[in-house]
Amino acid sequence: MELAVRCQNLQKRYGDVVAVDGLSFDVRRGECYGLLGPNGAGKTTTIEILEGLLAPDGGEVEVLGCRWKVDERQLRQRLGVQLQETQFTDKLTVEETLRLFRSFYHDGKTIEELLALVELEGKRRSWVVKLSGGQKQRLSIACALAGDPDLLFLDEPTTGLDPQSRRQLWNILTRFREAGGTVLLTTHYMDEAETLCDRVAIVDHGRLIAEDAPKGLIASLGAPKVVVHQGTLEDVFMSMTGRHLREE
Amino acid sequence: MPSDARRDTYRPLVELTLARLREFVREPEALFWTFLFPIIMSVAMAIAFPASAGQTVRVGVSPGAETAAVRQTLAGARDIVVREIPEDDQLRALRDGEVHLIVAVGSPPIYRFDPMREESRLARLVVDEALKRAAGRTEPWQAKEDLIEIPGSRYVDWLIPGIISLGIMNNSLWSIGFMTVQARLRKLLKRLAASPMRRHDFLLAPVIARLAFLGPEVAVPLVFAWIAFSMPIRGGAISIGLVAISGALMFGSLGLLMGSRARTFEAASGLMNLMSVPMWVLSGVFFSASNFPDAVQPFIQVLPLTALVDAMRRVVLEGAVLTSLWTELAVIGTWTIVPFAIALKIFKWR
Repeated sequence: MELAVRCQNLQKRYGDVVAVDGLSFDVRRGECYGLLGPNGAGKTTTIEILEGLLAPDGGEVEVLGCRWKVDERQLRQRLGVQLQETQFTDKLTVEETLRLFRSFYHDGKTIEELLALVELEGKRRSWVVKLSGGQKQRLSIACALAGDPDLLFLDEPTTGLDPQSRRQLWNILTRFREAGGTVLLTTHYMDEAETLCDRVAIVDHGRLIAEDAPKGLIASLGAPKVVVHQGTLEDVFMSMTGRHLREE
Repeated sequence: MPSDARRDTYRPLVELTLARLREFVREPEALFWTFLFPIIMSVAMAIAFPASAGQTVRVGVSPGAETAAVRQTLAGARDIVVREIPEDDQLRALRDGEVHLIVAVGSPPIYRFDPMREESRLARLVVDEALKRAAGRTEPWQAKEDLIEIPGSRYVDWLIPGIISLGIMNNSLWSIGFMTVQARLRKLLKRLAASPMRRHDFLLAPVIARLAFLGPEVAVPLVFAWIAFSMPIRGGAISIGLVAISGALMFGSLGLLMGSRARTFEAASGLMNLMSVPMWVLSGVFFSASNFPDAVQPFIQVLPLTALVDAMRRVVLEGAVLTSLWTELAVIGTWTIVPFAIALKIFKWR
């Protein structure tokens, strides 16, 4: 099986704090892989190392068969990235922002295709500052898709969004998957991981605790203790760490 | 096709530059200050330096009957304005520059002034002459005076190109420095670094975008001075334009350097003030840099603003050709390329 991401024994420290502590996992081509864990588990650090924005202290990373040190130029052309908390320029329009990001890629979608993909045709001439949270996030995804990437990195893509906007975003990702794209995302929403991901890695304190398909992880809990309650990934996480996923 | 390939190569730089321009024109306050500042400065200059002004000295004398004769003598002399100032207020008036000299009546009279102030030394000479002549001194001879009041050699002519250079420095430094810090705070830099954008394109774009507004920025005060003070503009538009462009590129590049690592506006403004405020004083904008001791002259001459001010004065007032300005242009070029290269190297994208 060809791998989109190979991550071996990844290490990253900030001073005395160990953010990533020997994390290893693989993402296969065409799958949606989720890094699941509470805040501070090392998810963002991990994904930023994979995106080539941070240098690891140890371990090996291969993305689409390339290494960051050697192939950065070509690699960036093939990746789509959405970061937490990016604020695009307030007083540029949606279309101008897309045109800017599209210009960085040799090949990719047209502005029309991108607008249609994220359903922002009606907002093309609106300034970014006038967009709702969901619309801003869709713009961010459209910028990530501008170069027609093989692999899409998403860091907590739906945090802070209302249910309808989350649903819209999931639909965009589903369409990207159907076209053959690979997705690596971080989240602390159980339902998001269950809906989108083929496989999930549960991460805590910078370590991988478990890795499986969401169904497999839930099944590994054994028979639910309360009959009316169907097991969720939340239960899996609690039984493995004794903590709630969303506790700070 | 090769032309398509070339268009693709420059596309990111074009889009980044357009983004900066749009951002700027959609910020009404920024536009307002960029164009209003030189006009305000020029009007202030027009008030401070009327087109044909004989310089007068202001002299303070105590009120009262015993000083009346001296007051009358001084008031009748050329270029002297007399103010009546009570004794207990005289030191304050001197300090505040309200008067340049105090005359205490007596035999002989006492001149009270600060010899460090040029106007006060001048006032001493003028007052001394007026009083001695009134006391009956005869002159051995009277020199003929040849007063130079030709446009082009007055203080105001000298000042305007300096003010224009100062404006170029401030606008380039602050607009580029702040925009960079803002993009960093909004995590936009990090997002751009995650894309295949070439990093030098990002750094080049704001410097190029600055040039779009340079035309009016330089032309407005020049035309104003030409109309209001009949200041001659001896250099051609192209030479003046090229000097202005080289200055804007230089301070744009320095602005990038100042903003290359700063994480807050306060940190960036601290750095930019640290760099620019000494040059307000040292680079000879308001008074000649030759007032400073010889020992520091080599240092002053290689300051970025000194080079720009000198080049601008020579091209505007003397109509110097660019080839004769090669030392200034070399200094400007160095201050453009080196900071840009350092900024590219140390720039923090996170």
